[in-house]
Amino acid sequence: MGEHVVKLPDVGEGVAEAELVEWHVKVGDIVQEDDLLASVMTDKATVEIPSPVEGEIIWTGGDIGDTVAIGSELVRVRTAGGSAEAKAPPKDETAKAAAPEAEPEPAKLQTRSPKPELPMAPRKSVAAAVRRTPGERPIASPSVRLAAREAGVDMRQVGGSGPAGRITHEDLDAFLARGPETPGAPGLVRRTDVTEVRVVGLRRRIAEKMALSKSRIPHITIVEEVDATALEELRAALNKKPAADRPKLTLLPFLMRAIVRAVAEQPDLNALFDDDAGILRQHAGVHIGIATQTPAGLVVPVVKHAEARSLWDSAAEVARLAERARDGSASREDLTGSTITITSLGPLGAIATTPVINHPEVAIVGVNRMAVRPMWDGTAFVPRRMMNLSSSFDHRVIDGWDAAVFVQRLKELIETPALMFVDA
Amino acid sequence: MEEISCRLLVIGAGPGGYVCAIRAGQLGIDTVVVERERLGGTCLNVGCIPSKAIIHVAEEFEVLKTAAAGKSVFGLSTTEPHIDFARTTAWKDEIVQRLNNGVGGLLRKAHVKTLHGQARFRDGKTVVVETETGSTLVRAEAVAIASGSAPAELPILPFGGEVISSTDALALTKVPQRLAVVGAGYIGLELGMAFAKLGSKVTVVEALPRILPAYDQELIQPVARRLSELGVEVLLGAEALGEEKGALKVKQADGKARKVAADKILVTVGRRPVVDGLGLEELVLDMNGRFIRIDEQCETSMRGVYAIGDVTGEPMLAHRAMAQGEMVAEIVAGHARAWDKRCIPAICFTDPEIVSAGLSPDEARAANQEVKVGLFPFSASGRAMSRANERGFVRVTARADNHLVLGIQAVGQGASELSTAFGLAIEMGATLEDVAGTIHAHPTLGESFQEAALKALGHALHI
Repeated sequence: MGEHVVKLPDVGEGVAEAELVEWHVKVGDIVQEDDLLASVMTDKATVEIPSPVEGEIIWTGGDIGDTVAIGSELVRVRTAGGSAEAKAPPKDETAKAAAPEAEPEPAKLQTRSPKPELPMAPRKSVAAAVRRTPGERPIASPSVRLAAREAGVDMRQVGGSGPAGRITHEDLDAFLARGPETPGAPGLVRRTDVTEVRVVGLRRRIAEKMALSKSRIPHITIVEEVDATALEELRAALNKKPAADRPKLTLLPFLMRAIVRAVAEQPDLNALFDDDAGILRQHAGVHIGIATQTPAGLVVPVVKHAEARSLWDSAAEVARLAERARDGSASREDLTGSTITITSLGPLGAIATTPVINHPEVAIVGVNRMAVRPMWDGTAFVPRRMMNLSSSFDHRVIDGWDAAVFVQRLKELIETPALMFVDA
Repeated sequence: MEEISCRLLVIGAGPGGYVCAIRAGQLGIDTVVVERERLGGTCLNVGCIPSKAIIHVAEEFEVLKTAAAGKSVFGLSTTEPHIDFARTTAWKDEIVQRLNNGVGGLLRKAHVKTLHGQARFRDGKTVVVETETGSTLVRAEAVAIASGSAPAELPILPFGGEVISSTDALALTKVPQRLAVVGAGYIGLELGMAFAKLGSKVTVVEALPRILPAYDQELIQPVARRLSELGVEVLLGAEALGEEKGALKVKQADGKARKVAADKILVTVGRRPVVDGLGLEELVLDMNGRFIRIDEQCETSMRGVYAIGDVTGEPMLAHRAMAQGEMVAEIVAGHARAWDKRCIPAICFTDPEIVSAGLSPDEARAANQEVKVGLFPFSASGRAMSRANERGFVRVTARADNHLVLGIQAVGQGASELSTAFGLAIEMGATLEDVAGTIHAHPTLGESFQEAALKALGHALHI
């Protein structure tokens, strides 16, 4: 018998710690070699940790949501054979709670939160909400009234289950435990259960990222309407040509091209603002983040060097990244390095949005829902395919004027798509 | 001037004041109570207790007279009875004395300090008490005004001489031959009927066209009949014009003047709050007519100054004052309390007695309530028959939709004791089914309550 200690491996360049997002095993489980032990998440990617050995799990280090330093112990596995790293295993499995104190690096486990309390079991409703006409006095015995008064309960809020709607001690107890019934809606009751869901993993990353962006960046948002009729006609024409090796074009590659053209004239917008250093880094390459909804949450895969890609190339890259993001196989490389971001909710795109800038970028372009609307052409209403662009900018480095110029340029490029393809 | 301080000063040791003080003492509150007359207030000294004593003597005397007249249905007979009214009065005074001492003992037991004298506010926290031995300045964190009420006077018939108040009537040492009673409210009729039984020729003068205006016609019928049986003449719609040597001048309903021969003229036209001499002008409290305005915690418009009992208005009943007093003591002790009583039962100790708790059928209907009413007559009660007094009934009023009991009234001999059941039913939020489903011991008048509830439900068993 021996013990094998699995340590958190180095999961990526420059990553010092990772967040434990899922346990695939628990103490007592028997694992085979290469069975998954745990998933940890770094800044961008989720990494799965396989077991290097076969054996029984005798100790697990940390709870979901804990941040674990690279190199610290993750799992101890009791193996059949001997092991160079054999240590006296904790005999008692209940020692798990005490185990962190015995570890050589107790500081590596940060902020171990207590287990969330179990939500109170919902009590069976003893009283359907009793309807009393306004001003009608609730019926209750003196002792119930006294108990209510001492508990600070307004008896008018309490439903009575007794004859004639009399409020019993049980009704009052239930009220104290559960809060007021919804008045005047039989069958509908207020529910006061609170379910605690730990915000971990990708969700926590998103939360931190959004908080960072919103707290540091003074956003300015411009909403402009764009006539996409010509672009849509062009797109339909290009998509009509069947080609096995070419993906169907969506709006995105065109928008990416428009952005590439626009930022060429306004390099301030394709930049990262290092506000600690006070330096705005203008990037020659246009690396466009594509905000993508996945089952786990929002991720932003990055189309690198959009300035060097054809429409179809861009389309293929967007498709590839979206696929990898959705199935969770996107690499750290896929998910980092953007210099400007596009966000689109597709058909859910609403009329206008207030996009949150992908820190430390300085601009984000939001695409709203496209719809055919009647537009006045000077003599008559004509149906046009209209859509809004909602774009946010970091007002610390981008003034409203520059932002407006950028948006107008995008509008011009989209409304006259030929401009995207000719040299100015 | 001697100075003392306390947490609670109670002004007046009537049923409101002494209960407040005792409860406060129980709760460990340093309490002082001031009384300018005798402990127990109106109720104990010149109201409830002595009047009930006289009424009881009158009932006993009436039984003997009936027997002596050969009219006893029980087959009892006796010789002509006599009454030594001085002894009656002495017996009554003894009861009062015992109760006075009892209240004093209860206050001592609760560690309440009692001062005898007239209290006068200096400000909301300071009261000067003029005692026989000098003045005492009392500084109190809270003050409860429980100064009570006194019989109201008629300007044309000021008290004095032959014109007497209820207080004076209870202090008479001999039964007046002819007694005129001005005011046919419950006090006038209780005393008027008692003196009629004791041998007075009683005439009742009432300005309204009916007796006992607080009760409905159905309830007062048996009393009206009994008044006429007792030979009490009742002049309704009549105006008392003043006193004239041995007589009361009256303008009858028909406009004719009349002289009612009277050795004593008892004026019972209501009671007024006692606020004079208290120095209330120093506080400038909000008033409610002549009464002190209070909120649901019996607090006046001045913080820390409470008022309880008759000084706060109708209904002027001892048991209301007691409940208020108890509540104020608990509030001063820091408990969460507010007035949320559902009913204050009222009793009229006439013959027969009337008891009422909650709403009458008419009052319930006036409040836009659809009602079920069940009335069970004592003529169907075996217990009433066995006492040879079948007058009256029990009447229950309940909501038609959920059968919540809204009011219960009864009229009949001994009906006053039913008030406990009535009050409890309403306070507990009983429905007709609750009353009907409670076994009532047989044979009692109380069974009639159950039967009245059954009647309202449509299935009375004994009628």
